[in-house]
Amino acid sequence: MASIFGFFVTHFGILRKEFWPLLVGGLSNGFIYAMVAIGYTMVYGVLRLINFAHSEIFMSGGFASFFLMRALIGSSAPGGVASVLLVIGGVLGGGLAGAFMAMVLERVAYRPLRRRHAPALAYLISAIGASYFMFNLAGKEFGRYNTSMAQPFVNHTIFTLFGAPVQMLSMIIALVGTVMLITLDRVVGSTKLGRSVRAVAQDAETASLMGVNIDRTIVIVFVLGGFMGGAAGFLYGLGFGINYTMGFTPALKAFTAAVLGGIGNLRGAAIGGLLLGVVESFSIAFVNGAYLDVVVFGLLIAVLLFRPTGILGERLGRSA
Amino acid sequence: MLKVDDAVVRYGAITALHGVSFEVNEGEIVTLLGANGAGKSTTLRMLSGLHAPTEGRITFNGEDITRVKAHSFSKLGISHVPEGRRIFPQMTVEENLEMGAFGRRGSYSDDIDRMYGIFPILKERRKQLGGNLSGGEQQMLAIGRALMARPTLLLLDEPSMGLAPMIVDTIFRIIGEIRDSGTTVLVVEQNAAQALRLADRGYVMENGVIAFSDEAENLLHDPRVRAVYLGESID
Repeated sequence: MASIFGFFVTHFGILRKEFWPLLVGGLSNGFIYAMVAIGYTMVYGVLRLINFAHSEIFMSGGFASFFLMRALIGSSAPGGVASVLLVIGGVLGGGLAGAFMAMVLERVAYRPLRRRHAPALAYLISAIGASYFMFNLAGKEFGRYNTSMAQPFVNHTIFTLFGAPVQMLSMIIALVGTVMLITLDRVVGSTKLGRSVRAVAQDAETASLMGVNIDRTIVIVFVLGGFMGGAAGFLYGLGFGINYTMGFTPALKAFTAAVLGGIGNLRGAAIGGLLLGVVESFSIAFVNGAYLDVVVFGLLIAVLLFRPTGILGERLGRSA
Repeated sequence: MLKVDDAVVRYGAITALHGVSFEVNEGEIVTLLGANGAGKSTTLRMLSGLHAPTEGRITFNGEDITRVKAHSFSKLGISHVPEGRRIFPQMTVEENLEMGAFGRRGSYSDDIDRMYGIFPILKERRKQLGGNLSGGEQQMLAIGRALMARPTLLLLDEPSMGLAPMIVDTIFRIIGEIRDSGTTVLVVEQNAAQALRLADRGYVMENGVIAFSDEAENLLHDPRVRAVYLGESID
């Protein structure tokens, strides 16, 4: 008992001092997980399959925006207005690259299987194959080393929140993430296009009776998820650099976040992503940083034991 | 209006329809009767593009629609109320109705009001999720959703399934009114007596073929129908 008490006294001391910095850092990563998680959850919603090559869509967005930034910025330090434009350019460049790769992936790796009514296992193998193909191709073409991305803003502290220094980068990520997640929620929740996506997720055959083109809707889902994932690749690249295997760990965590939030549920993916980022960040206060991933995946198992459908997943995968 | 010639439908190695032929004329209510597995639902699904026939021909208003895809049928003027109602469970009643007008251009708010006129209960439930409605309400919603496309031909698959007799009476009364307002109806039913009292003509299916057909009035008194579907013995 005493030792447990002592543990908490020591560690809550750290927590009190570091609460705000840990929260800011956690949310910043959490937005990236949330943006990537959206792609997993949307594809699962309409196809009931986990697109394990989504990590490479993230990576594609990272590389595309990396080349774009290098071409636009080079080694110069752009001013404020130019930086805003460059961030928008990076998000669009990364997002469009991600959307394009997702579209190609759907056409090449999944649609032929759908036509032949392949079993679920075939999709999994196809996804893993596509993933290895894509990241090894990137490694071969762009080099197997880490490269840092040209920065639109000089990365400095712009203000302090309760004593926590908030980096420009964290603000960019939070802002872009918030805008994109809310926009997507609106699009899926209250447009005709969004209604067709939800209809296919809930009952594809009946949706087709209403005049919804299922193939087209599936492409739309890949494009929307791919755009979010590619843009997230850009934001991640700004902070951590670009690498041909950069997609692996963040995407695995985003997948975890999607399951945590309730796979198939859009808001669940967003909440799961943010929660995962924050938990990961706070776990540093309690345990050695080396145990970070142990904590994250331990949390996944714990949540699933008590709530197998995830936080918002009341009816499994029925509300993309 | 609708003409089916020698249609064959296969599911893999199993042949579900072995050359089915029938027709539906404008303004009629036609019913397809038959035991479970006779091919009634398959026929209806074929008429919505959910199962393309491997042989045979389907024409609608003189146009060959044999190879038309499912998502284009609502534009042709054919709406399908599927077996088991198939309401979108996580959409509100109003969103379900809006889905019915998916293939249409322009405003459909008048049509939504019209559906609320036909089915007042749906107006009360408009903000509720489809999955939370009772079976009878779901059936009304499924019919309303199909009518949102302004069909000239309405296909109904087992509209009475699992519903209380009083609700079934209401549903069948509404089907009659739908025909009276100018929509042709093809209805598949297990409840043969009720369907034949409503219909003009009927086709009886057995093992994937049309066994016989007649005016509904005659079928209602046909000993073969009475024996098999109305539970009477032939004396």
